[in-house]
Parts: sequence; C-alpha cells; structure tokens
Amino acid sequence: MTNYNFSSKFKHANILSVTLFFISIILITFKGLNYGIDFKGGTLIELRSNNTEASLIRDVLKNMNLGDINVKKFGKEGDFLIKVEQKEDNNKLIPKIKKNLSDNLNSDVNFRRVENVGPKVSAELLQSGIIAISLSLTAMLFYIWVRFEWQFSIGSIVALFHDVIITLGIFSLLSLEINLSIIAAVLTIVGYSMNDTVVIYDRIRENLGKFHKLDISDIANLSINETLARTIITSITTLLALFSIYILGGEILRGFSFAMILGVIIGTYSSIFVASPILKYFKVSYKTIEKEEEKIVP
Amino acid sequence: MLNFSKINVLIIYLLFLFIAVFTFLNFQDEDDQLINKKINLGLDLQGGSYLLLEINSDSLVKEKIQSKVIPIKKLLKDNEINYNNFKINENSLFLSIDNIKKFDLLFNSRKDNVVNPYIDNYRSYELEYKKINNNQIEIFFSKFGLLTINNSALKQSIEIVRRRIDDVGTKEPTILQRGEKRILVELPGLKDPERIKALLGKTAQLNFRLVSDNNEFGTEELISEVGEKLNISKRIIMSGENLVDAQPSIQNQNNEPTVSFTLDRLGAQKFGRATTDNVGKRLAIVLDGEIVSAPNINEPITSGNGMISGNFTFQEATDLALLLRSGALPTPLIVVEERTVGPDLGEDSIKSGVISLIVGFILVILFMLYKYKIFGLIANTALIANLLMLIGMLTILEATLTLPGIAGIILTVGMAVDANVLIFERIREELKTEKSIIHAFDSGYTRAKITVLDANITTLIAAIILFAFGSGPVKGFAITLGIGIITTLFTAYFLARHLTSVVVLNNKDKEISI
Repeated sequence: MTNYNFSSKFKHANILSVTLFFISIILITFKGLNYGIDFKGGTLIELRSNNTEASLIRDVLKNMNLGDINVKKFGKEGDFLIKVEQKEDNNKLIPKIKKNLSDNLNSDVNFRRVENVGPKVSAELLQSGIIAISLSLTAMLFYIWVRFEWQFSIGSIVALFHDVIITLGIFSLLSLEINLSIIAAVLTIVGYSMNDTVVIYDRIRENLGKFHKLDISDIANLSINETLARTIITSITTLLALFSIYILGGEILRGFSFAMILGVIIGTYSSIFVASPILKYFKVSYKTIEKEEEKIVP
Repeated sequence: MLNFSKINVLIIYLLFLFIAVFTFLNFQDEDDQLINKKINLGLDLQGGSYLLLEINSDSLVKEKIQSKVIPIKKLLKDNEINYNNFKINENSLFLSIDNIKKFDLLFNSRKDNVVNPYIDNYRSYELEYKKINNNQIEIFFSKFGLLTINNSALKQSIEIVRRRIDDVGTKEPTILQRGEKRILVELPGLKDPERIKALLGKTAQLNFRLVSDNNEFGTEELISEVGEKLNISKRIIMSGENLVDAQPSIQNQNNEPTVSFTLDRLGAQKFGRATTDNVGKRLAIVLDGEIVSAPNINEPITSGNGMISGNFTFQEATDLALLLRSGALPTPLIVVEERTVGPDLGEDSIKSGVISLIVGFILVILFMLYKYKIFGLIANTALIANLLMLIGMLTILEATLTLPGIAGIILTVGMAVDANVLIFERIREELKTEKSIIHAFDSGYTRAKITVLDANITTLIAAIILFAFGSGPVKGFAITLGIGIITTLFTAYFLARHLTSVVVLNNKDKEISI
C-alpha cells in the first residue's frame, strides 16, 4: 500500500479546483460553447474530392448566399467538412448545395455524409440533452443518498459538478464542438467519476467504523491510499481503451473520446481531491455512520 | 466465496456458453442461416438515410374551418336564426346572430349533429364557440377537434409516405410515428435521398379545372407551363381522389413521355359530363397549385381513361405517376432532420471502429498480464468471455450497433477489468493480515462485492438515462454500455471467481502472490 500524504494537499487542491471551476463558468458564460448543428441547427456536409482546396469550396458556396459557412479539412487528404448555418427548407437547400459543388469543383465529389437539423429539432435536442444530464446527476445524488449518508451524497455531487463543468470549460476554451456524442460522453463521465468516488467512499465508511480515534482527514488519507492502486489501474485501462479510440477510431469519434479522456482524468482527480475533502467540511466522523445504522436497525 | 457446488459451476458455464454462442451467428453465411438472428448495423455504419418529417396541420385547420361555413349557414337558415357580419379569420369564424340560446342548443346537440359532431373518444365536440359581445360569437375548433384533425392527417400521411417509399422500392425501410406531428423514416443503404425527399415533399393534390375566358368571380390567375397567364375556375371538376391508377407512358406520335391515368366510376362520370359540356374549351390540370398543362378538349372523354402531357422527362413522368398512384398528402411534409451517411463512410467507420477495438483490447490485456501475472490471465479470460457475452447479448436482442456503440464496447473493455482489479487489490490487502491464503481470497471477494456493485450501478444509471433520452447512434452507445456492465458483473463475479478458486485451491500449499 502506498502512503502518500494526500490530506496535506487538500487545501491547495481545493483552491485549484475552485479556481478552475470558476474560470470554466466564466468561459462557458462569456465565451460560450461551440454548439454543433445538433444543437444549433444547420447543415453539415462531409465530402471527399481529390484535387480541390477548402478555399475553392468556400468560393463556390460563397456565391450562394448561405450565411455563415465553415469549410475545413477533415481527417484524410481530400476529405472536407462543410458547415452551413442557413436554416432554409431542407428540401430545397441540400440538393442546391450538392449540385453547385458537383458542377463547380473540377473533380468527382463524393458526398460521404449529409446532416441537416432544423431549428425546432435542434432546440428539442438541446433541451433533452440538458434534461438527461440533470436527471443523471439527480439519480446519482439519490443513489448515494440511499446507499450512504447525506454528507457523502453532497460530496459526490459536488465532485460531479466539478467534473462536468471543467470538462465543458475546456471544450469552451478550445472551441471544440458540442454535439450529441459529447452529451453521451458527459453522461459517461458522470457514471465513471461516480464509480471512482463510490469506491473511495465505501472504503472511508469502512474505515470510519474500524478506526474511531482517527479524524476524517486521516481516514480519508488512509482510504485514498488503500484504494489508490485500483484507482490508477482502472484509470490506465480505461485510458488505454480511450486513446485507442481517439487515435484509431476515426474523425467522428474524436470529440467524444477526447471528452472522455478529459473526464476520466478530471474524474479520477476529483474523487481524491474534491469528494473526499468535502467530508471534512461536514465534520463526518464514525458517529455519522453509527447514527445512520441506528436509524435503519432500531 | 471460493466454494462452488458442481451444479453452480455447471449453471455458470452453461449460461456463458448459451449467450456467447450467439456471437458466432453474426459470422454465418447469408443463405445458410441456422438461426436468423444477428446484430443490425446502424445507418451510420451501413450507410443510409434517416429523415424526420413533420406535418403542418395549420393549413389543414384553415381549410377545415372554411368547409364549416356552408353547413353553419344552412343550420342557421333552417332554424330561422338571423345572422350577419359573417367573417372568416385564419382559424375561426366570426358572426352575429339574434338568438344565441337557440343557437347554443343546436350547436351543442349530440344527436345527428352534422355541423359540430360529438367526438366520443374525447368526450368533446369538434367545435367550440365563445361570445365576444352581446350577439357576436367566434367559432373555432376545440382542443380535441384540432387533435382529431392532426391525428387523422398524421395517420393518412404515414400511409401515403409508406406507399410512395414502397413504390420507389428501397430495401427494408422503417416508417414510424414520432410524437404528435412527426414521421420517422429510415432508409438503409440509400446513397442519395434527394429523389425520395422530392417525392415526399410534394402533397400531389391534383385537380382538373376549366380555363375561363375572363377573370370573372370564382377564378384565379395561374401561370401555365409555357408561361401564359390563364384564368382558372376555382370549381373543381374532378380531383386526384378519383384516380385508380396512373402509369408513365410514351406517346407514340412524338415520343413524348406522358402519364396515363384511369378513373374510378364516379370520376369517369364527372369527367365525361364535364368534357361533353365543354368541348372546345381548355381544361387545366393543376398539381399543387401549379398548372401542369392546359390542353383543349377536342371531344368528350367518357371512357375514364386519360393522359397528362407536360414536357416531362421520362423520370418526371414516372415520379408524377407514382405520386398520383399513391394519393395526395393531406398537408405538406417538411424535413426537420436529416442524417445521411454514404456506404463508403460507413465501411470506413466499421474499419476504424474494429481496429481501435482490437488495439484497445490488446493493450488492456497486456497491461493486466504485466500487472497481475497469473491472475491477469484470469482477468483477461474474463474479459474475453465478457466480450463474447456482450456481443452474444446484442445478437439475442438483435440490437442495432452504431459507431458510438462500438465506442461503448471499447469503453466496456477498459472499464470491465475494474471489477477484477477491485477484487484483486482487496485480496492483496487481505493477504497482508490474513495467514490463510484461502481465507484471504474468500474475504477479498466478500468485501469487494458491495463496492463492485455500487461502482457499476452508478454507470448503469448513466447508461439507462442515456438510453431514455438519446437518439439514434447515441442510443446504440447506451445499449452497449449498459449490457456491458451486466456482462461485466457476471464474468467478474462468477466466471473469474470460479477460475480464481480453481487456481487457489490447486495451489493450497504453495505461496501465492497476486
């Protein structure tokens, strides 16, 4: 078993966490999130065409009066991703764009992917994404509250907020696209981070019962050390899988796996440096869990 | 925890085999299938088109309220209620009447009420009215009246959409109702959905109307196919409802593609009478408010057969015939969401998905071997078993595998070893204080059980919520992640535990380190 003194670093870690958290909030509020067409509406076209340039595609589309256009290289040579903001009727818009590109680019154009989301649908998708994340946080809160004491419940939920907000903050900072798969990633991060926290909490509760004389900082420290090997090994195997997706899984999964990688790192950090110290602020001791036991078994 | 009765061992391995064997159904020959079950590939992997269509019942409501004007006027006249200031405004009618009490009685009578029928299902009338002042009232559709209009339009639209898509002949289309106003269409393998979108984008309301010489009352001005302004009578001689068949054909004289149609008996009568009475005049064929052509009536057509020409290409004639055969949509359909993936991108996605799965899998396996040696081997056996069971379960459920779904499998590989890691680490701790190796393993498993459960249930909760709220590809992720957790629990807690017990019990007297 390792014997690092984590509790001595709680204070510094907490200052770091609070700072990152608020910087993230500020970024999300003022810089905003870069919503993809899933949540903003619009059209996305992925095409493959040799002997063409992004600037050429841009020129062709510029003449069509489509509003904001974004053309960039996407993965392999000759692959491009076009995003068009104009929310005109799908039925007319897409054939028009396709025809224009096929006619004006001097090589074969292969339309590999076309996505179009209308304004109504995008608003609904955003709404259901937010509901899904809120609901999962609530469900976690409830689960921990049932399984543990309320102090643990609050501690874990603070850690989850910490993870989700900082992950989104980094996405805002780097202007990475938020789409449906990022919502899936965030929800998985919520599950993963909770998983990590629960393992340490389980141990804290066990040790609280075993060592009545130790105070919560020492108990937390002991429990973190006892579970550290597992925490690290699981993070490593999960990250191995995720890096494999990030590097080899293709362009479409890149954002998703990047969000997950961030989430796993932040989630692992927060189980140790956010979820555990919080118990200290609630003055959790062996009495906390004893009372709970009395309640259940009269 | 290390003692297994023979029957338990049998059950564990039989259950494993039973589920895992389904994995191999995915590799059987198309024509030579033992059991017809396999994992379906999502549209993002096999290529195809996903369309979400929305009906627009607003225009329909306007139309329906207009159709109430004549019955209401008749009702008032028949019952000697005087009215004036009759106005149609968007979705409601305004009028002043002199006897509201009498009107109320008639308007809300349940017996033989043609004007305002009572809808039994909803226990509500189709229409409602409210008093604006002393004798002025506003008549409009009730909440349930609107719902009835919407629902019947949606049902009818789904039927027509199905007919049109079947007629084009794509393989295995999915057409489903989504919510109150939407139709989901999935067309696997379709590379270019533009033709289908064009076919679904037309309501195809066809009618035959006479061309009038002057712009008298009851006509509207439409531009003909050759650009001449024509006054077209608003009176409809016959509409597309009377068609029983329509086919593209080539007119022999000048090789021009045309659409020939056959009318039902009623249509043939109407058409025959109109063409007999109006020989020499021009007849406009109007589709969705646009003139297709306006030929001269040379002689009465009483056979119930006719032909539409209008400078078509053969493709246009084929599509028009298809639209006329399938019937008119009650309202225009708008594509509110479209996701089309070309087949080559789908193939690329499968390729990169599978490669990253294999690489991720090998990395995790090597790491576990390095970290836990012989027990790493157990964990890895459990991992392979886990993967087989996961794919087997997906096959049994005939689930749809999407690209994020593959990511879910890879993630499961990374996270699945966690259960065994938790247990092994616990055993390591127990070995320090416990002299008996068997006891150490035993209590390691017992103590880690709660933690393993807790840790996995949290991820399961996330997966369930994702499944409930996610759409399309994301749902595929939730499915693999969720099933992955269950197979993980099974393989770690039953399979790996049994393997561990075999290793431990056979090496009772030796030192075992983990």
